[in-house]
Amino acid sequence: MTFKSAVITFPGSNCDRDAVTYLEDLTSGPVYKIWHEESTLPNVDLVILPGGFSFGDYLRSGAMASKSQIIKDVVKHAESGKYLMGICNGFQILTEIGLLHGALLQNNGLKFLGKNCFIKKRDENQFNKSISNEKILEIPVAHNEGNFYCDEDTLKDLLDNELIAFEYCDGQYSLDEANINGSLKNIAGITNKKKNILGLMPHPERAYQKYHSSEDGKLIIESILS
Amino acid sequence: MRLKILIRLKNQILEPQGKTIEQSLANLGFKDLTNIRQGKLIELDVPDNLKSEEKNKLIESACKKLLVNEIIEEYEVLG
Repeated sequence: MTFKSAVITFPGSNCDRDAVTYLEDLTSGPVYKIWHEESTLPNVDLVILPGGFSFGDYLRSGAMASKSQIIKDVVKHAESGKYLMGICNGFQILTEIGLLHGALLQNNGLKFLGKNCFIKKRDENQFNKSISNEKILEIPVAHNEGNFYCDEDTLKDLLDNELIAFEYCDGQYSLDEANINGSLKNIAGITNKKKNILGLMPHPERAYQKYHSSEDGKLIIESILS
Repeated sequence: MRLKILIRLKNQILEPQGKTIEQSLANLGFKDLTNIRQGKLIELDVPDNLKSEEKNKLIESACKKLLVNEIIEEYEVLG
């Protein structure tokens, strides 16, 4: 059975091509490239909102992209229970649409972070179910606004409903020093309640080839396909 | 009519740019200037023929739909 997917490109997206090759290489295809001004999404199993600086990060990261024409259909796609994944700027867009809780603030150290980080699975969902609880994934981050924030009630909701998909760790399970950007509860990625939408700050599409510094990004697509 | 909308991060949220500005000012000798927080100001024209109530509604709607993320920010219309 073929697994169809689509990647949305906004003005300022810069990881859209990487997301397309990630899907082309790891799924049976086809992978549709969709411009944000299009009004209809093809019938696909997974949509990726890629990383980058959509609309120059003007106003707030992801704010303008969340109002793009294609987003209406992206929301319908997600409401039907199919998979939707926002990576980095895509995560910011998902929170701005309101499909995921919280917001991504400026990193607490004020620096743009471009480096490999370590994450591990926290709560199980379709995006991480093939990954063992002990596995530490090495995946690059590249963001200025990755500091996950939400109010106390929302955090309780995330914890009670087990919506924290991935958390930062230092490779030795000591979480205190591993928090690279100030995120609440070391959150690197969360899902919605139905667990068919994932927002993730690290870039799995930059960690799946032999020539990448890690191939751990494969595990997310393998989980979805399993 | 020209209006100004002041948008700032809610008080409980750390505002790292303000902290950095504060440090720089302190280095320049402005040690008495503290608790600095940076926000943003949006200026816009609203049609003159709108009644005050309509104008407020229009601004509120624009703020809620795009200009302000109320999870982290608050706003004030400065007139």
